[in-house]
Amino acid sequence: MMPDKKGYFGKYGGVFVPETLIPALKILEKEYLKAKKDKNFQKELRYYLNTYAGRPTPLYFAKRLSQELGPKIYLKREDLLHTGAHKINNTIGQILLAIRMKKKRIIAETGAGQHGVATATVASKFGLKCDIYMGEEDCKRQSLNVYRMKLLGARVIPVSSGTKTLKDALNEALRDWVTNVQNTYYLLGSVTGPHPYPMIVRDFQSVIGKETFKQILDLEGRLPDYLIACVGGGSNSIGLFHPFYKYKRVKFIGVEAGGLGLRTEKHAATLTRGKPGILHGSFSYLLQNKYGQISSTHSIAAGLDYPGVGPEHSFYKDTGRALYLAVTDKEALQAFKLLSEIEGIIPALESAHALGYLIKYKSKFRKDDIVVVNLSGRGDKDIYGLLQ
Amino acid sequence: MDCCNRIDKKFFNAKKLSKKVFLIYITAGYPNLKITEELILGFSKIGVDIVELGVPFSDPIADGPTIQKASKEALDNNVNLSKIFKIVRKIRNKTEIGLIIMTYYNVIYQYGLKRFIADCKKVGIDGIIIPDLIPEESKYLVKLSKKHNVRLIFLLAPTSSLDRIKLVSKYSSGFIYCVSLTGVTGERSNLPEIRDYINKVRRHTDKPIAVGFGVSKSYQVKKVLKYADGVIIGSAVIKEIERNINKKNLVENVLKFVSKLKEERERVNKVKKKRLSYV
Repeated sequence: MMPDKKGYFGKYGGVFVPETLIPALKILEKEYLKAKKDKNFQKELRYYLNTYAGRPTPLYFAKRLSQELGPKIYLKREDLLHTGAHKINNTIGQILLAIRMKKKRIIAETGAGQHGVATATVASKFGLKCDIYMGEEDCKRQSLNVYRMKLLGARVIPVSSGTKTLKDALNEALRDWVTNVQNTYYLLGSVTGPHPYPMIVRDFQSVIGKETFKQILDLEGRLPDYLIACVGGGSNSIGLFHPFYKYKRVKFIGVEAGGLGLRTEKHAATLTRGKPGILHGSFSYLLQNKYGQISSTHSIAAGLDYPGVGPEHSFYKDTGRALYLAVTDKEALQAFKLLSEIEGIIPALESAHALGYLIKYKSKFRKDDIVVVNLSGRGDKDIYGLLQ
Repeated sequence: MDCCNRIDKKFFNAKKLSKKVFLIYITAGYPNLKITEELILGFSKIGVDIVELGVPFSDPIADGPTIQKASKEALDNNVNLSKIFKIVRKIRNKTEIGLIIMTYYNVIYQYGLKRFIADCKKVGIDGIIIPDLIPEESKYLVKLSKKHNVRLIFLLAPTSSLDRIKLVSKYSSGFIYCVSLTGVTGERSNLPEIRDYINKVRRHTDKPIAVGFGVSKSYQVKKVLKYADGVIIGSAVIKEIERNINKKNLVENVLKFVSKLKEERERVNKVKKKRLSYV
């Protein structure tokens, strides 16, 4: 069972953080493994996922999109969840953990602001103090989400160091945690960071794939041929992929942010273009220069604008279990428009990358192929930025 | 004690004379490598025992704003490990000061662990500190550094449990770096009480203990040296460099500043000696 005891997926993962945090990570792991087996915890989690977040989400057959592109396309509608993205699956799970661990304060990093909003939401619901770190650049391009977080009672701390995006927000959140580790719970938003986070976040997000598994069997009587999802840190994609891991005939496709193109340096295609290294607590693929300095990235989708990726994805890549490719800003925008026009669904720019792949490579699919695309979030947050 | 490693020598000799070891951190290449070189030689002259050379990394999660800023400037100046090795090699025959490389794991990993340790040995680096590397993740590096007689220094924190203390004590070589507080590097007006913490570590090791993070004032040096074998001062020195940036007498002023902090150590040394003579 992955990860192993030391938090490794093959050779990826591990724990690379200052010693100060080690006791906290060990306690978190112990507490999580206990909670995982605790029926009451699982029951409570299920209760809030269903009644508060709005699970299960539909698996929707996109008829017109299928006609347009060829294969039979189903959309997993995570965009219909409370707060508008899959992120809440994880924040509900982790805040229940934080409460079990009697922590009074929650911190989190956010890129597009979706994880920040999902964290602020559950912190408000359960009455915990909440501070969110967000890059200055992201605060600007996702101002609506900044406002939402503030409305929910969270403090948003703009980060002006480095590239002023998600990577730097993560640095700052880690620094805060090192300082306040005794009373603070760090609610990490993706399948990244030191063990046990990649495992915990994957498990909480796996509800996406577990539901899809049942739904597609009900609808089609067989498993899909392809699962497609966008990959930034990689939480929505792992959530969809993981429950299908053993079923080798189901192909996984992870779509990264190609930005202005892979020939430029302005992209965030970590698995496609990076090489393994250590950042933010784990060993995984990274975008970096030859001296090991982390590259600044670019994507139209703030939630994909990150030079690292979850270690389990690195493992999937090396073992060939998943295929990773990149789709450019332009191609994602094209998909964003297409889905809005013919299905009446405005996708998040992040999720539009997954759809963009389908458009770009539509000739590769057969008509009787069943394809599930994870629609990880809705696009309302992006409209203001696109108008400008 | 291994006779060939300067870190061991410094702590051994200090202990023999019941003295304390004085360590200074600077970011290599801040504001430029020439000044780094002058500073090391200057530190050597005024009796600093060991210099920690920070190799800049783009994402220094264990560092506060002062060192972050210095690292960024050094990176903007295109400073890298090879260039730092070059200046170390150049000054090695002029000084017997202890030299430690302090950097984040990715910088070393991309350089190549084997090549890194071999080059450390070649140019005369005595030890390595990697704040985001714990003993469990460094089996290979422990082996390599042992083989090449380069000390691999691990850190402990006030949050460290007994089994962490035992583990780090086992694997750390040269000395044990005790972080004074829960937090990142940078000056603090108040340091937490470290007596119980250091004594607890002391009960489980016979290796020297040096304390760093947040130490910037004379009275703090004094307090730390009451319990520890050595003290590490970083951000305060970087701040002093910052205050003197573009000034002709930068090096001179920084040395003056460090000498002043060092006086506190001399005082502790003297008191110790006095006590010793009564025995």
